[in-house]
Amino acid sequence: MSDRLLKTLSSLRLTVVLLVLGLVLIFIGTLAQVHEGLYNAQVRYFKSWVIVGATLFGTKMPWLILPGGYTLGSVLLVNLSVAHFTRFKWTWRKSGIFMTHLGIILLLLGQLGTDILSTESAMRLEEGETKNYSEDFHANELVFVNKSLPNEDEVVAIPESLMPGKGELKHPQLPFTVKVKEYWPNSFLTNFGPFIAESLAKEGFVRPAADQGIGPKVMVLPIPVVTAMDSRNIPSAVIEVAAGGAVKGSWLVSSQTSAKQAVEIDGKSWEMALRFKRHYKAYSFTLLDFTHERYPGTDLPKDFRSRVRVVNPSKNEDREVEIFMNNPLRYDGMAFYQASFEPGDTVTVLQVVKNPSWLTPYLACLLVGLGLIVQFMIHLVGFARKRATPAPVPAGSAKGKQSQPQKGAEVAKK
Amino acid sequence: MKKHWPWLLFAVFALEAAFSLKPRADKPDEFQIREWAKLPALVNGRVQPFDSIARNSLVIIRGNTDVPLEGNGADGKWGKWETLQSPLTERKWYQFDKRPAKLKPAEWLLEVFSHAERADTRPIFLIHHPELLGELKLQSKGVERSGLRYYTFNDLKPSLGLMERESKQVGQIKQELRTPYQRSLMSLHNGLQTYLRLKNSLKPERSADFATELTQFEKLIPAGFRAIRAQQAGQEFDKELFEKFLSYAEPYAMMAQMAYPFLVPPTQPGQKKSDWANIGQALMDGIRSGAVPAAVQAHAALATAYAQGKPADFNRALSEYRNSLAGPLATELKKGRQESLFNQFLPFYRSMMIYVIALILAAASWLNWSENLNRAAYRLVSLALVIHTAGLVFRMFLEGRPPVTNLYSSAIFVGWGAVVLGVVLERIFRNGIGSVTASAVGFITLIIAHHLAQTSATGDTMEMMRAVLDTNFWLATHVTSITIGYASTFLAGFLAMIYVLRGVFTRTLDEATAKSLSRMVYGIVCFATLLSFVGTILGGIWADQSWGRFWGWDPKENGALLIVIWNAIILHARWGGMVRERGLMNLALFGNIVTAWSWFGTNMLGVGLHSYGFMDAAFKWLMIFNVSQLALIGLGCLPDRFWKSGKGPAAGDSGPTGAAPMKPQAA
Repeated sequence: MSDRLLKTLSSLRLTVVLLVLGLVLIFIGTLAQVHEGLYNAQVRYFKSWVIVGATLFGTKMPWLILPGGYTLGSVLLVNLSVAHFTRFKWTWRKSGIFMTHLGIILLLLGQLGTDILSTESAMRLEEGETKNYSEDFHANELVFVNKSLPNEDEVVAIPESLMPGKGELKHPQLPFTVKVKEYWPNSFLTNFGPFIAESLAKEGFVRPAADQGIGPKVMVLPIPVVTAMDSRNIPSAVIEVAAGGAVKGSWLVSSQTSAKQAVEIDGKSWEMALRFKRHYKAYSFTLLDFTHERYPGTDLPKDFRSRVRVVNPSKNEDREVEIFMNNPLRYDGMAFYQASFEPGDTVTVLQVVKNPSWLTPYLACLLVGLGLIVQFMIHLVGFARKRATPAPVPAGSAKGKQSQPQKGAEVAKK
Repeated sequence: MKKHWPWLLFAVFALEAAFSLKPRADKPDEFQIREWAKLPALVNGRVQPFDSIARNSLVIIRGNTDVPLEGNGADGKWGKWETLQSPLTERKWYQFDKRPAKLKPAEWLLEVFSHAERADTRPIFLIHHPELLGELKLQSKGVERSGLRYYTFNDLKPSLGLMERESKQVGQIKQELRTPYQRSLMSLHNGLQTYLRLKNSLKPERSADFATELTQFEKLIPAGFRAIRAQQAGQEFDKELFEKFLSYAEPYAMMAQMAYPFLVPPTQPGQKKSDWANIGQALMDGIRSGAVPAAVQAHAALATAYAQGKPADFNRALSEYRNSLAGPLATELKKGRQESLFNQFLPFYRSMMIYVIALILAAASWLNWSENLNRAAYRLVSLALVIHTAGLVFRMFLEGRPPVTNLYSSAIFVGWGAVVLGVVLERIFRNGIGSVTASAVGFITLIIAHHLAQTSATGDTMEMMRAVLDTNFWLATHVTSITIGYASTFLAGFLAMIYVLRGVFTRTLDEATAKSLSRMVYGIVCFATLLSFVGTILGGIWADQSWGRFWGWDPKENGALLIVIWNAIILHARWGGMVRERGLMNLALFGNIVTAWSWFGTNMLGVGLHSYGFMDAAFKWLMIFNVSQLALIGLGCLPDRFWKSGKGPAAGDSGPTGAAPMKPQAA
C-alpha cells in the first residue's frame, strides 16, 4: 500500500498533472485579476489551498473548484523530493537534472519563506520630514497614546480586524473600555455646514453617532471596499469610551484624518486615532531632497530619486544615501525602494520590504540555469557523436536505417 | 548557369541591399532636402533627425510614410491629383508602367513647416471607418488605396469643430472599452492634432515670410518690452506700439504651447544637452534678452527660402546653420546623419521581403525536391538574416541599448532568434525544414513588428525608456533571454505545424523527415525551457531589485511562467512516455497559443505593472491565431488513415521507436 503511494507520489505522471493544474490555475488567476483586482486574486488563487467559484470573461462559474497555489506548490515539492529519494539514481549523466530540481525545490521553499516571513510597508516622507516608522499597505490599527508620561509616549494598538464585530474592546494597559458602535471598512469624510447637510445626505452621506471631537462636524460616506493593488481602504468608526462604568462620550476615528482627539481619564490624556498600522524602527530617515526628472518635452519620467539621511543612534551612524529606481537601500535586514511620489515632487514614498529569503531566487536561478545547460549539453554531445558515426541522411532519399541514429540521440534523455 | 543561379539570386539581393547604404546627394542647384533631413531636433524626449520626425508623424497621420502626388482619376486618366476628377485612386498593383511622383517624408515635413497652404492639399489623413466617413460627409471625396481612404486637411477643415467635441467625449472612455468607430475617430483626432502642431512648430501658420517678420520683430523688441512693462505697472505707455508688438508676440506665445518638435538646440554656454526649446519658447526668451536667437533665424530663413522657391538661398542658409552647429552639437549632427542612413537602409523591411522569397523557394523545393531551390532558399535566408542582424545592431548602436526596449523591438528580436535557430537546424539537417521555418517565422514576426510600429502612439520605435526600465543590465539579460525563450517556443510550434500539415495534406512526411522534425522540436523545446526559465527568474530578480518583490503574480509575469511550465510539461510528458511523436507535435502547437497569450494577450488585460505595451486592434488577430492552432491540433489528433503520409510515423510501426527513450531507463 505504502509502496503504491510512494510510487504515485514520485511518478512523472503526477508531475505532469500538477504542472497542468498549475498552468490552469495561473491562467484563471490572471484572468480573475480583471474582476477581483490584483491583490485579491493573488490571495484567493495563489495564496490559498482551494478555490471555489470564479468569474471569468464576465461569466460566473460558481461550480468551479480548483486546488490553490499552496496545494499545488506543496504537492509538487513532495513529488520532487520523493522522486529523488526513490526513483532517481545518481549518475553523472543526470547531474544536470539533479541541479535543476534542487534549484526548483529551493525556489519553492524560498517563496514559501517569503510568503510566511516577509512584510511590506511604505514610508511617506515630505522633504525635511523625519520618521522612524513605516506604514502598512493594508492593515489599520486603533491606537491610544498616553501623552502624560514625561519622556516617551505609551502606545496601545488594537488591530482593525477586531472592529467589525462591534464588540467591547479591553486591554490590560488601558484604564478604560472601548465599544465600537459604528464601523465602515471604507469611507470618505467631509466637513459640512448647516445648509449642505441635506444635499450630502441625499448623496449617501450619514451623520456619525459621535458627540465628541470632530464627530459632530463631519459626515461619512460609506463606500464599497476596493481591491485594486494600488488603492487602499480608508476605514472609519465611532467608538465609545467608558471608564469605571461611566460613559465618557463617543468619538469618530478615521484613517482619513490626522486631527488630534483625546479623552481625559484620571487626569491623564489619551490620544486616540484609527490609522495605518505602523512598523517602528530603531533608526530614523529624513528626506533631504526628492528629484524627479522627465524627458524634455514629455511627461515620461526619466529618473526619480530620494536623498535620505539615515540616523541610527544605536550604531552611532549618521549618513546620507540616495535611493532611486533599480537601486534600493539594503539596511538592517530590510530593503528600501523608491516606489512612488506625490504631485508637486516634494513627497517621496519608499517601499520598505523585509524578506529574509530574498536571496533564494538568485541561487535557484543559478542552479536551474546551470543544471539545464549541463543536461542539454550532455544530450547535445551525445547527439553530435551519434550523428558523426553514420553519414547524415539526406532528406527524401532515406529509407530504413532511421532507428539507428535516432535511438542514440534519445537514450541520453534520462 | 543552371547550377549557379542560387548564387546569382543571392548576389542580386545582396547588391541591392548594399546599394541602399550608399550615401545619396541632392542635385547642387536644387533644394538640399536630404541634407536638411539630417538636421537634429528633439521630439518625445529624444534628439532625432527631421527625417525620423517626418516618418513618425506620417505614420501617426497616414499609417505609412508615402505621400504620392499622382494617381488615377475618373475615366482612367492618370496625373497629378489636382488635375483629376474624383473618384481618385492610387496606383493599382498591376499598373506596372506607372511610377507616381511622391514626396519624400522630409520633403513633406518641410512643406508642412514652411508652406502650410500647399501641405493642406495633400491627401494624408487616413480614415477607413464607414460611419466616420458618413459623419464627416466625406464619402465622395478622398483618394482610395486598396480599400483605405486618404483625405486632405482641406477636406477635413469643415469638421474640425465636430471632431473636437466628439474626441473630448470619447477621450473619457477607457481605451480598451472603445468601439471601432470611436477608435477610428480618436486615431483621426490624433493625426489632426499632430498635423496642427507641426504646422505651428517652425512659424505661425499664417506668417508668409517668417524671416522678414522676425527682423521687424527684433527691431521692435526693446521698445515693445518697455511698453509691456509700463502697461503691467499701470504707467503710461505707447498704445499703438504695444498693440503692434502684441500682434507679433501673441502668435509666438501660442506656438510655445502648440509646437511639436523642439527646434532650437542648446548652444548657449551653461545649457544642458537636454535644454532644447521650441521656437515659440525661444522667441519668448528672446523678448527678455532683446534678440531673436540665431537658431530661430536660421530656421526662419530656411522656411522662407523654401516657401518662395529659392534653392540657392535655402542651401546657403542650410550650410550656415549646419556650420554653426558643428562645434557644440557635433554628436547630435552625427547621430542625425546615422539615423537617417538607418531610415534609408530599411533593414527590417528589406529582410522581410527576402524572407518571403526564400519561403516560396523553400516550400517549392519540397514539391520537386530540387536541391538547387533548397540551396537558393538557404542562401537567401542567410542573407536576410545578415541584413536583419545588421539592422538590429545598427538600432542598438543608435539607441545605445540592448536589442529589446519595447513591444516593437521584441517582435524583431523574437524573429531574429527564431531565424538563427532555424538556420542552425538547416545546417544540421539540410532538408529544407530549417529554411522554411526560419523564413516563415522571420517574415511573420517582421510583419507583426511593422504593424506594431504603425499603430504606436508616437510613431517612434526608438522612444525613451521610462525610469523603471532605464537599466541596460536588466534589459540585456532578462528581456533578451525571455524574448529568445518566446522565439524558440514559437519555432517549436512552427516545426510542429510543418509536421502536421505535411503529414495530413502531402505524402512528403516520410519516416526520416518525421524523425528529424521530432528531434528538432525536442531540441528546441529544451532550449526554450532553459531560456524562458532563466529569463523569467531574472525578471523576478529585477522586480526584487526595483520594487522589492520577487514575484507579484502580475499578468505578464504569469504569462512568462505559463511558457516555462508548458515547456516543462512537454519535456516531462515526453520523458514519462505519456506522449510520442504525434503528441509532442500537438503539445508544441499548443505552445504557440501559450506564447501568443504571454506575449500579447496579457497586455490586453490592461492590469498590472507591465501593461505599458498595450495595443487594441490585435485582439482579433490573437483569437484567429489561437483558433488556427486549435484546428491544427485537431488535425494532429486525426487517426492515421486520414493522413496522406499514411500509415505514418506517429502510431503503428513507430511505436517501438517512439517509446524507445523510456526503455533503457525502465530496465
